[in-house]
Order: sequence, then structure tokens, then C-alpha cells
Amino acid sequence: MGQTIIEKIFSRHVGKKVSANEIVLAKIDFCLGQDGTSGIVIDSFKKMGAEKVFNPRQMAVIIDHSSPSPNEGVSRIHKKIRDFSLEQKINFYDIGQGVCHQIVPERGYVVPGDLVIGADSHTCTYGALNIAATGMGSTDVAACAATGQNWFKVPATIKFICQGKLPLGVYSKDLILYLIGQIGADGATYLSCEYTGQAIDALSIESRFTIANMAIEMGAKFGIMNGDQKTLAWVKKHSSRKFKFVQADQDAVYSKALEFNISQLTPQIAKPHQVDNVCPLSEVAGTPIAQGYIGTCTNGRLEDFAEAGKILRGRKIKKGVRLIIAPASNWILKEAMKKGYINILLEAGATLVTPGCGPCVGTHNGVPADGENVISTANRNFKGRMGNINAFIYLGSPATVAAAVIEGKIADPRKYLK
Amino acid sequence: MLLTGKARKFSQEDDINTDYIISGRYKFKIQDPQELATHVMEDLDPNFFQRRQDGDFLVAGRNFGCGSSREQAPQAIKYAKINAVMAKSFARIFYRNAFNIGLPLIECDTDQIRENDELSVDLAKGVVANITQNKNLAIKPLPQVMLTLLADGGLVEHIRKHQGFALEEKSNIKNQISK
Repeated sequence: MGQTIIEKIFSRHVGKKVSANEIVLAKIDFCLGQDGTSGIVIDSFKKMGAEKVFNPRQMAVIIDHSSPSPNEGVSRIHKKIRDFSLEQKINFYDIGQGVCHQIVPERGYVVPGDLVIGADSHTCTYGALNIAATGMGSTDVAACAATGQNWFKVPATIKFICQGKLPLGVYSKDLILYLIGQIGADGATYLSCEYTGQAIDALSIESRFTIANMAIEMGAKFGIMNGDQKTLAWVKKHSSRKFKFVQADQDAVYSKALEFNISQLTPQIAKPHQVDNVCPLSEVAGTPIAQGYIGTCTNGRLEDFAEAGKILRGRKIKKGVRLIIAPASNWILKEAMKKGYINILLEAGATLVTPGCGPCVGTHNGVPADGENVISTANRNFKGRMGNINAFIYLGSPATVAAAVIEGKIADPRKYLK
Repeated sequence: MLLTGKARKFSQEDDINTDYIISGRYKFKIQDPQELATHVMEDLDPNFFQRRQDGDFLVAGRNFGCGSSREQAPQAIKYAKINAVMAKSFARIFYRNAFNIGLPLIECDTDQIRENDELSVDLAKGVVANITQNKNLAIKPLPQVMLTLLADGGLVEHIRKHQGFALEEKSNIKNQISK
């Protein structure tokens, strides 16, 4: 019987052939934590009686969620994380370096075929590089830090076959929002998603990250893609590690296969307060917007700022409306400056904040007021997510956010791209 | 282990995410789980901590605990002295986290439970009794891994006791804690 990508990666890490629904103990190639979760990783690690991280080169801690620290409580946690990381000599990224899910692949720590866990639910992002990566809690990451392993239930796989070609002004963000709307917030619980088809093949690696990143928003454990020439070039540019792509067998068994033709897809919006509350943008066009946000591990990469820049070049953000931008890493910020994207956005009236998670998790950098609507490129729009339970968050592509801040209301970005 | 207490339900039944269980406003700055517990479920039900009683059960619909991986979510529930969470289904990261810290989760048809119903749960036997309505509910049996973790008192204690993982015998991998 053939195997899916995930079954093959697990077999490699368990040391025998395994298939869906088996419970296995597996070796882990890399683990990570961020500032919201690493405090408990450290506590659990010590309580377990561990003294040294199994291999310091295979672990990273990144301060990204509230960075720089907005208050003394956060500062205490940052100090604890900083002290532990330096003492253990693990890979450590302090404030301003970027979001963990940009840093880890960008610095070449992970390569195709790896098994990765992170104390952050969006660890599934690396699936775009043919990596089995999943989010877990702090104590699970502590157990990995102590032993180099963890237990897993090998998941069954849903195959998404995306045919066709994305039209102008419609992006991978619109595609993943559409898929989440179709399948629901728990439509892939405990499953791995394999994203395939010509529409996926046509995407850049950055666009693929956006799709893999949001697998968790349908409850999935993994969101993984095949490797191709683009993956090869991207990984080689960022990592010196050796690797081999993992492909599904022709006769692999899937729990479900869903086929979509996306050639007619239009810009999509996730309405408050659920990520699967998705509709075509046209249904909510005209909704007033007080703040826009372009950034996060979903859409804070170079081409995101390039696309927003195409729309905002020579235009101004509407008076009374804010636009916050947070590049996903320091490297992206520097590249975006070299290419002039940041300048275009600043000329339009944007506010640039520290590379990292920005206002996504509601601790700082742009908490909305009561009754305000925000449009954001992030991955979650839960009530209170950005720090105020009386605000409303809409999710869309960077182009959709750019169009909205020009008009002060949700607007179709395609009219600015003709 | 027999647990008894009252059912606590919420205005929203399905998709109760970990941001609602404990908001990012608190989890990033508060390390004391006792203090975090005073904010449990606050964004969904601002008076929840006041109306809850020791030994209550949280009762919800589908996909409880979806969203962020924050372990502070099951911690806040546990430190609010909630016995267990009952739902039609759970999100996977939350599910692991809860057992890792020793908070039992029970999958059953929660439409059969009303706010304030008196419940008793026998985890070993896998029986939930709705005392108020005088009926028993079928529950999805817990996987052996989860029972082992609960019996050991959570993942920290499990690793400490066995100096590594001891969840399955047939592993080709040597597992040992790093000293």
C-alpha cells in the first residue's frame, strides 16, 4: 500500500514503515518556542529533571509576539527566556529579528523531509517547503528539548487539488480563505492537508507559506506541499543542510480528495469573529474600516509589501484611517527598503513597526478602539484577538488591505491593478 | 476517580478558541497560573470566574480549544478548579495540552446537558451520569496514551518518572532524557 507524504516522513523518523492512525514515538529534527510560550517550556523542562537541551543546534527561541516589551510583566518573561537561551546555547533571536515562522526557514534551520514541532500553532507554515511541521503546547516542546523526540498519532490526509490559475488581484490568501470557508474551522481536525495541483505549483514559495500557515485554521495538524524547482532554489539559498524531497506514492490512501478550479476565484474576506466565516469581498464592500494591518507570519513577506505598494504608490491613506505595517523579519525589512516598497508605503502614510508579530495578538502596536473595524492580513479574527473585545476584525490579502485604507472602507483591490 | 459537579455552558457552543479561554492580553504578561485563572473565559463571558464553583464542568459543542497553542488555556481552566471539559469534539493542540497538564477532557453528546445540571464522571469506567436528568451518557473512550499520561499526573511527571517517554514498548528509538 502506498504512502502519503506525512506517512513517509514519519516512517523515516520512527525507523519503520508506519501508516495513518498509528501512535508512534518519533525523532524530531527541530523544535522552537516564542515569547508567549517559552516561559512554560523552560518551567516544564526543568521540572522534568532535564539539564541540557538534547542538541542546542536543533532548537530555537524567538522573541516576536510582544517585542520590544510593552510592560514589566512581559519584560520578566523575556529576561527568563533570554537567560535560558544563552545558558543553553540554543539558537536565540531577540526583539526585532522577526516572526519565528519567517526566521526558522529563512535562517535555514529546516529543510524538506524534516519533522518539526513548535510551541506556536502556526508552525505548520514550513509545510510549504515539504516539511512536516506542527504546533504543540509548551510542555510537548519541553519534552522534545529534553529527549529529542515526541509521540504522535500519524494523521490521515486530505488532498486538496487546486486546478486553474489565480486571476489578477486574487492571491494565495484569497485561495486559503476560500478553502477554509468551504471546509470549516474543524474540517481537517487531526488530519494532514496535502495541497497539490497546477494552481499551487504556479505559486511562489512566499505565497505557498501563506497557504500552509493557515492549515491550523481548519484544525489540521500539517499543511504540506510537494517540493519542486522553486522549493529547491529557495531552500538552497537559505540553508546548507542536505535534503531529499518526499513525494506521495501514486497509490497513497487519502481520507478525502477535494478538487477545486480556482480560475474564477474573486477576493475573499473572513468576517468577524471566525476565520471560516468567509465570503466574497463583494458581499462586504463598503464596510467602514478604521485600521489596516499588513504583516504577520501569514502575509508579512516581500511580495506582500510589493503588492500593497503597487496599489498605494502615489496614493494616500484616507484621513482618519491608519495603516500599520510589520515586516516578518529584519531581513525582509532590509530587502523591502532596498526595493523601495517601504518608502512607497510610508509616503502613503503607513506606520512601520518592529519586525515581529506586530498588533496581531493584541498586546501592543495598534489596539483598536471600541466599535472599530480592522482589516488585516493576519490569520485570526477572533473577538478580542487584537486586544479589544469590542472591535471587529476582517481578514484579507495585502492588496485588499491596501485598497481598504485608501477608501476607508472594504474595496475591491482589482480596480487599482488594471 | 469519580468527579462530581455542575455544568457550565456558554452563549457560544462551537469553536470556543483558546483566545476566549485566556486572552493574549493576559497570557503574555502573567506567569502565575492562579492569577491567569481569574481571567478564564473572560472574553466570552466576563463574569465567568465569579459564577463558576469549584468542581464545575465546562460544557461546550464542537471544536473546543481551537486556535493558538497556548498551554495557558488548559492551565487557566485547571487552576479555576474546573473538574474537566466536556465537548462534542476538541481541537488537537488543546487536546494534547490538557492531558499533558492533567486536565481531563471528555467527548460526549453535550446536547444532553443543560446549564446547572449535576454531573458525575467516572473516568476509569468511562461513564458520565447526568444526575439532574437521571440518565447516563456514552463517552468516547480515552486512548491508552492519554490514560497513561493522566495516571502519571501529566507529561512532566511522566518524563521525570521514566527519564524519557514510556508510552509504547515497540519503539526502535532509544529514548532518554538529556543530562
